[in-house]
Amino acid sequence: MSAYTPEALIASDIDAYLDTHANKSMLRFITCGSVDDGKSTLIGRLLYDSKTIFEDQLAALEADSRRVGTQGQNIDFALLVDGLAAEREQGITIDVAYRFFSTEKRKFIVADTPGHEQYTRNMVTGASTADLAVILIDARKGVLTQTRRHSYLAHLVGIREIVLAVNKMDLVGHDEARFDAIVADYRAFAASIGIDRFTAIPLSGLTGENVATQATTMPWYTGLPLLAHLETVPIDVDARQAQPFRLPVQWVNRPDLDFRGFAGMIASGTVRPGDSVRVVPSGKTTTVARIVALGGDLTEAVAGQSVTIVLADEVDCSRGDVIAAADAPPEAADQFLATIVWMSDTPLVPGRGYQLKLGTQVVGATVQPPRHIVDVNTQAELSASTLALNDIGVAEVYADRAIVFEPYADGADLGGFILIDRATNATVAAGMIGSALRRAQNVHWQSIDVTREAHAAQKGQSPRILWFTGLSGSGKSTIANLVEKKLFALGRHSFLLDGDNIRHGLNRDLDFTEAGRIENIRRIGEVARLMADAGLIVLTAFISPFRAERDMVRSMVAPGEFVEIFVDTPLASAEARDVKGLYAKARAGEIADFTGISSPYEAPQSPDIRIDTTRESPEAAAERIVEHVIGVWSYDL
Amino acid sequence: MTGLTHLQRLEAESIHILREVVAEAERPVMLYSVGKDSAVMLHLAKKAFFPARPPFPLLHVDTTWKFRAMYDLRDRAAAEAGMELIVHTNPEARALGINPFDHGSRHTDMWKTDGLKQALTAGGYDAAFGGARRDEEKSRAKERIFSFRSASHGWDPKAQRPELWRLYNTRIAKGESIRVFPLSNWTELDIWQYILAEGIEIVPLYFAAPRPTVERDGMLLMVDDERFRFREGEVAVDRSIRFRTLGCYPLTGAVESEAATLPDVIQEMLLTTTSERQGRAIDHDQAASMEKKKREGYF
Repeated sequence: MSAYTPEALIASDIDAYLDTHANKSMLRFITCGSVDDGKSTLIGRLLYDSKTIFEDQLAALEADSRRVGTQGQNIDFALLVDGLAAEREQGITIDVAYRFFSTEKRKFIVADTPGHEQYTRNMVTGASTADLAVILIDARKGVLTQTRRHSYLAHLVGIREIVLAVNKMDLVGHDEARFDAIVADYRAFAASIGIDRFTAIPLSGLTGENVATQATTMPWYTGLPLLAHLETVPIDVDARQAQPFRLPVQWVNRPDLDFRGFAGMIASGTVRPGDSVRVVPSGKTTTVARIVALGGDLTEAVAGQSVTIVLADEVDCSRGDVIAAADAPPEAADQFLATIVWMSDTPLVPGRGYQLKLGTQVVGATVQPPRHIVDVNTQAELSASTLALNDIGVAEVYADRAIVFEPYADGADLGGFILIDRATNATVAAGMIGSALRRAQNVHWQSIDVTREAHAAQKGQSPRILWFTGLSGSGKSTIANLVEKKLFALGRHSFLLDGDNIRHGLNRDLDFTEAGRIENIRRIGEVARLMADAGLIVLTAFISPFRAERDMVRSMVAPGEFVEIFVDTPLASAEARDVKGLYAKARAGEIADFTGISSPYEAPQSPDIRIDTTRESPEAAAERIVEHVIGVWSYDL
Repeated sequence: MTGLTHLQRLEAESIHILREVVAEAERPVMLYSVGKDSAVMLHLAKKAFFPARPPFPLLHVDTTWKFRAMYDLRDRAAAEAGMELIVHTNPEARALGINPFDHGSRHTDMWKTDGLKQALTAGGYDAAFGGARRDEEKSRAKERIFSFRSASHGWDPKAQRPELWRLYNTRIAKGESIRVFPLSNWTELDIWQYILAEGIEIVPLYFAAPRPTVERDGMLLMVDDERFRFREGEVAVDRSIRFRTLGCYPLTGAVESEAATLPDVIQEMLLTTTSERQGRAIDHDQAASMEKKKREGYF
């Protein structure tokens, strides 16, 4: 038996041969079946017939065949495919193995997975990168439970090209009727799980019939032999060129201040300089300036290529963002429905925090108890409270922030994710996003059944934000303190936010520049709103000099809830009082951006309450505020 | 629509892997053995990070017994890439005078296996790129692209993580490390085709030229320097030879060849009848020798 018969072209014209082989495409496929189906034999046959086996390997194979083979004195092709010493002794494979062979049209990568109880995990792993699945059937046995399992998993992982390899045709007398019956049987089942097309090929891995060459023993079969079929089926990544452009940003290339490139593998579509793009999730739009490559810029790049692109404008964009076609961007959401394959011995703990990695994004995530799990053998939906090793279930996934995604059916790059155990760092699950959950956007709001109305009702009051504004030293804190004491005495639930408990804690990182002051007020507004949600009467005593920020806080809360109280003191009076000595320092130039001196104060134009401190004592003002607020309450309650 | 060629797809996958490690690891390093696979891996790194320089150093675990031509190219390639080159030689092996003539497999164990562990530990590297391919040897067919090692650099074939889609889980605990193989899915032919297509410089020893040789135990050894120990009756004979794989010169068998250009070399490779690693003494020990070495920490 000669192992290697090179193509004639190699010897006669190596340059022509190299030209041909430089333009090969690449197909990745998975073979599904057990040793009994002759799977390893078929792979060995493909390697052998495509002349991938060298003489020394063949010599080793012949020796191994005699020692541990199952084919007597004949070559046991299955041994070509086995690898680890332990499994060779046990006669089983324990993992996914990748094999390579090529013809003049294509390079092939074969994922081979074993057929025992770890099958689901291994097959899903092997199938995740495959364009095509070869599902083996023993012609003597027909469609079995495992055939259904393999087909279901291949379909689940989104493989569009299914080959039904009806093997061992030599053992059923190359019988056309037997083949037709198996195909009819399979077609009925395939349709029931959503496989709308497949290619059935009668063959024999052992004899090589209809593997690399057309079998003369089955003239009734007019289709292509397996290898010719593998050489001509469409390749997924090429088909993805027709979809909208998406580049998940993997790494920002910034060698110096003059260059900022965004590197990643294009998930779908094509890109050219001048294309309009949108950075998701920020939504900012710009155009592609360059596609940078060693050896010269590219004029175009397509799905499946790793590129570095430069954008025309300085937009915020970092690892995890997706640069997408401006007119067809992907969605961002923080809650999904997903199909999850559990891959760890330790079952899912619903509600526990895992790390979720999707594309180049890594976020914290929790998984709800599954809505159902699927029996891989019968495809029946069963109820379950968790997911154990090799379980496949449909469950809601809550991420701790929005991630950019697409439904898995539109592509694995933005639709497939893994879950990582934070303690062990193990990859515990693979998931495929079905869709975002269409309801309120934030998980935390969802989980709160005690509403803000309930909080308020429990306290017997309507929440308010009493927003004191005025110059430094105008008496805001003094009056606010008095108001709170009175409310407390009246049995109301309140809280006072002022410089002492905010500037020294939450906002310690902020300075007194305009930007710092704006952010200061925004944060105070957010905190006040949360407290109002909790049903409290919130008092805030800050200069809050800018009208826009006060209006912003007003717009954040329900109408009527924000009560603007202007503590109106002339600058001269405030400065004359100068309780903390700040005006003196400001006048001396020791404090920059001091309101009233070196920074403006925009007085409210129509405050809900105005306190003229030159005419009204703090005590009287506080009394009036309480009356005003309680008066409003009486209408509310 | 134009479909991508197999070399374009292999290149894109390798670049994606290189970038993912740089994005997620703290201290990556690239193991650079000066062979043709290393040359391709270095070239891919230049492409992946262009116009920046690859943001990691090159590490050569030296045995002091490599071919002189390898040292020449090593230093030049690192300089041209603008990358730091770290050369590690196991000080114990040096002190004991470990050499391929006297010490057999201990030579590989100490210089390469122990030397590699020492260098990785000393550098505090959490990820190391290696140029191994799955098609090289049967046990490699099942190795992941990201291969996790314990703090003592051991490999447990049952404790590796599933690799789905293009998602690599790079999280590790302190002290653990990852060996990353960006060329996992390349075959020997792919490597040669890519070298040809991209014009990548490789050690001239891959091309046939008259060189001083000795035939010993069925292997053609090249007399590369004065340390070569002749056995009784041996004399150096000039033969037109080239190497299919490069390692320590006293352990690496040459083939007689006239193939002096890349197409000629590829032609010869395709017409030949033995697989690549046969030139290396290391694999002949036992059927599962590579797996055994890997468990012990050999790359």
